[in-house]
Amino acid sequence: MTRCIEVGMMIPSRDYCPDEVQLMLYNAAIWNGHRIHFDLPYATETEGYPGLVLAGPMLGDWLHQVVEEWLGEDGMITNISYSNRGASYLGDRLQAGGTITAFDTETGNVTIDVYIKNDAAQIVAPGVIKARWYPTGDSTR
Amino acid sequence: MSAILTSDLLSNIGRQGLPKRELVTRRDIRKYAIATDNRQQKYLDGDIAPPMFHVALFWDVVELKKLTPDGVSIDSLLPRFPLERAMAGGLDISYYRPIKPGDWLTASRILTDIYEKLGRSGPLIFYEIMMDIRDDEGNLVIQEKTTRILR
Repeated sequence: MTRCIEVGMMIPSRDYCPDEVQLMLYNAAIWNGHRIHFDLPYATETEGYPGLVLAGPMLGDWLHQVVEEWLGEDGMITNISYSNRGASYLGDRLQAGGTITAFDTETGNVTIDVYIKNDAAQIVAPGVIKARWYPTGDSTR
Repeated sequence: MSAILTSDLLSNIGRQGLPKRELVTRRDIRKYAIATDNRQQKYLDGDIAPPMFHVALFWDVVELKKLTPDGVSIDSLLPRFPLERAMAGGLDISYYRPIKPGDWLTASRILTDIYEKLGRSGPLIFYEIMMDIRDDEGNLVIQEKTTRILR
């Protein structure tokens, strides 16, 4: 697939609205028994959170997803650096997206500033992803 | 001289955990891909593992009685810090080759750094853990640096 990559270009964003079932399945899949993710009275009354807390690494996964959906079969992620800056809660609608900040046409190395932001436009998980772009399935370069 | 980090605490830098060797299965990949709401068929079918699948593969599996009342497993790599409230953490992950069903992978962790900074509301403790994930031939598959902040 031929396409144009330019610095400053935004990649397509994606909204995530996880529910109780997804949050339970995610924590089960990684074997995380932390009560703040499934025990509402514990999360709110004991820990003082406004609701069930979304698992931080799940947001990290979404940063990868939004870049991979844009890359398709034309590249792979080689590095990510991100942080969980603030908590997100069940019921939040979160948007994952990013902007290309560097692209080397020789090597195919592309750098994308990525983010997860909530409805209040607060960035709760900023990061930088580095990927190698090899269009038309040429993974040898 | 550090205000809250004693030389005893700092002597934990370099501490290594026991390596963990795990088998990658198609079923575990599928569960992970579905639970993260991934939309790519190769991951949903479990043909190949999505990035961050290693989080699921190497999360501590401990007996119920070893979990704290809030359901957390205590990381034996860490010393008891004088600050205990966890703040934001960061990850830096490098991917060297894809993970597939049937792969046996071994994760080795080392506590690489402990340091202190003065935050707006008082001292902060930072620590860093480096995890290398290698295949049975010894090739590096993933390298992950975790940074956690305590206040």
